[in-house]
Amino acid sequence: MANVFSSIGNWVNERAPNMMPAYRKHMTEYYAPKNFNLWYYFGSLAIVVLVNQIVTGIFLTMNFKPSAAEAFNSVEYIMRDVEWGWLIRYMHSTGASLFFVVVFLHMFRGLLYGSYHKPRELVWLLGMLIFLVLMAEAFMGYVLPWGNMSFWGAKVIISLFGTIPVIGNSLVEWIMGDFLPADATINRFFALHVIALPLVLLLLVVLHIAALHEVGSNNPDGVEIKKGPKGNRWDDHKPADGIPFHPYYTVKDLFGVGFFLTIAAFIIFFVPTFGGWFLEHDNFIPANNLVTPTHIKPSWYFTPFYAILRMIPSFFGTAFWGVLGMFGAIALLFVLPWIDKGKVRSVRYRGTGYKVALFALAFSFIGLALVGAGVVGEWVQEILTPMLPPLSNAAFWKDSPFWASSTFWENLVGRLLTAMYFGYFVFLWAYTRFGWEKTKPVPDRVVYDHD
Amino acid sequence: MTMTKRQLLMKKYVSSIALVFGLLVGATSAMASEEGGLPSAGTNVNDQASLQRGAKLFFNYCVGCHSLKYVRYSRISEDLGLSEKEVMDNLNFTGDKFGDPVISHMPEASGRQFFGKAPPDLSLEVRAKGADWVYGYLNSFYLDPSRPVGWNNAVFANASMPNPLWELQGLQTAEMKADDKDAVEKLELSQPGKLTPAQFKQATRDLTSFLEYAAEPAALQRQRYGIWVLLFLAGFTLLAYTLKKEYWKDVH
Ligand code: HEM
Repeated sequence: MANVFSSIGNWVNERAPNMMPAYRKHMTEYYAPKNFNLWYYFGSLAIVVLVNQIVTGIFLTMNFKPSAAEAFNSVEYIMRDVEWGWLIRYMHSTGASLFFVVVFLHMFRGLLYGSYHKPRELVWLLGMLIFLVLMAEAFMGYVLPWGNMSFWGAKVIISLFGTIPVIGNSLVEWIMGDFLPADATINRFFALHVIALPLVLLLLVVLHIAALHEVGSNNPDGVEIKKGPKGNRWDDHKPADGIPFHPYYTVKDLFGVGFFLTIAAFIIFFVPTFGGWFLEHDNFIPANNLVTPTHIKPSWYFTPFYAILRMIPSFFGTAFWGVLGMFGAIALLFVLPWIDKGKVRSVRYRGTGYKVALFALAFSFIGLALVGAGVVGEWVQEILTPMLPPLSNAAFWKDSPFWASSTFWENLVGRLLTAMYFGYFVFLWAYTRFGWEKTKPVPDRVVYDHD
Repeated sequence: MTMTKRQLLMKKYVSSIALVFGLLVGATSAMASEEGGLPSAGTNVNDQASLQRGAKLFFNYCVGCHSLKYVRYSRISEDLGLSEKEVMDNLNFTGDKFGDPVISHMPEASGRQFFGKAPPDLSLEVRAKGADWVYGYLNSFYLDPSRPVGWNNAVFANASMPNPLWELQGLQTAEMKADDKDAVEKLELSQPGKLTPAQFKQATRDLTSFLEYAAEPAALQRQRYGIWVLLFLAGFTLLAYTLKKEYWKDVH
């Protein structure tokens, strides 16, 4: 048996002599720092979710009908009449949400350990492109089941482009192919969602990893292992702090995948709607342009950006500023490697100001997600009501001053958080540009205290 | 020395796993209790007897107006443990075939004429509104002479639907709030029905359970398989963990 394999191997090698070296370059001879921690699982998990989305997506495509008249019915058909259709659909819908959980954590790791610093700017930029395409992919996928929230979400998000001066209105019609989200919209979104964007996504992921393997991985200490001493058990010229990706990180990532799949399975089998966060109540009602859902909001993973959009008021009679703010919030992430002029990468050795700012960024992001989901105003009211007895009087809320409305509180909290989000980038630039940061000494070698 | 380090690490792993699951369970239960002041429906789709009673109520009192267009009689038979004959004799009064979906025979136009609004399909009602809402709605009809059909509802104000279960529940009247003439303060049973209030609650719970099942028949399967999938994955994860340990022994 072994003979058969090795002769097949030789046969391939003779015809494609560069294939084996590529495998070695990326697996057995890719030396990764040995001190990866929990935060380093999310890259491989993102690949797992991507593969899941593609495979379950192919099976959904076999029964889904991309037309306004049939889409909703065909989804219910998948849920009820297609063998294992419910499992395929829940794997796809849960996968979409978990994709964002994983990618947000993956990105935050980049901030924690300064993975976007030189020489990994390209890895970061490709990652940000992935993030953009992923958002487009998720948005279009959300429209496909043609529930009422699909319809209204599409209407609201697409009409954002209408605020662009001069070309706005024609742009909106061009995107939708109609005056409202309609049959033409669902058809083109289907094309983009099932083939165009996944192809782009796959290509970008390959480039992302190729770019990473050119420079090598960063690590929780932010120490460049390629600059440290040479020579390990496998190779005299490779970094002393590096270990071969295969088998060390393949087995470690296998454990991560098992753990992640256990959590994913819990959601898929026991709480697939996740209390209305992963599959929304209003999306079990077919699209209807005459019935507006009480709270139109995008999926949870867009809510931080949606909140920024809503919190920035209109000036000079246009809501374009909110749209600018929303895209600006993403654009700032793109240029992060040039905003942060600090020389130390890892949060472990950075100044206190950086730690506080990073915490504030994470706080504002989660806070904005809640504001965008429309729960904050009521929460503040619920907290205030028992503290100030007159507030528990229903009449009081109806005809009392502006600060008695939940919108007022939502705007107040939301605007503070928006300022906090943008404040991070301004602060980080000044903090590192003017040399205010007091960093700690960075060790020469990675700190490896696991066993 | 290494022993204590290992133990510490183990403790760290175990506590982080516990934390993740704690957060997950906490988050889901917090969300479950978020349905805004409605009493809990207390439904259970795994209680087959309750589903059967609920189906009986649905086909006796509801299907005259409402369809379940995504649910087939044959599927009900399979999932509720009823024979084809039982379903055709006791539930299917329309003469439709066993493999057909449950379609009300009331023409849409006459529905609109009688009630001002065609009665909606109920296949996904529980997924759209929540079980608590449906249960609350079924319990909250009251007499209101100001409404075209003479009925109103405390959970869904100005609903166009009369109480189909009034013979069972009896007649309720509403006492309105002192400071808000449009909001119901409380409902009173002014004329008792065939069932006691407790029996009626159980009946509407059964009906809601049946509608919850109708909204997602897959719920029965996913919970059944879910346990095994979780056990398998937990075992796999443990195995992967020991494999990782073994491989990483020589990394110092
Ligand atoms: C489909 C989405 C993505 C996939 C499949 C993916 C995959 C990976 C993989 C496998 C790694 C190496 C393992 C690791 O460090 O965790 C990695 C590293 C990295 N990724 Fe991604 N990634 C994705 C999205 C992103 C995004 C959205 C960003 C940020 C904008 C990003 C930024 C980075 C950075 C900076 C590194 C290097 C980290 C370091 O060496 O410390 N990635 N990615």
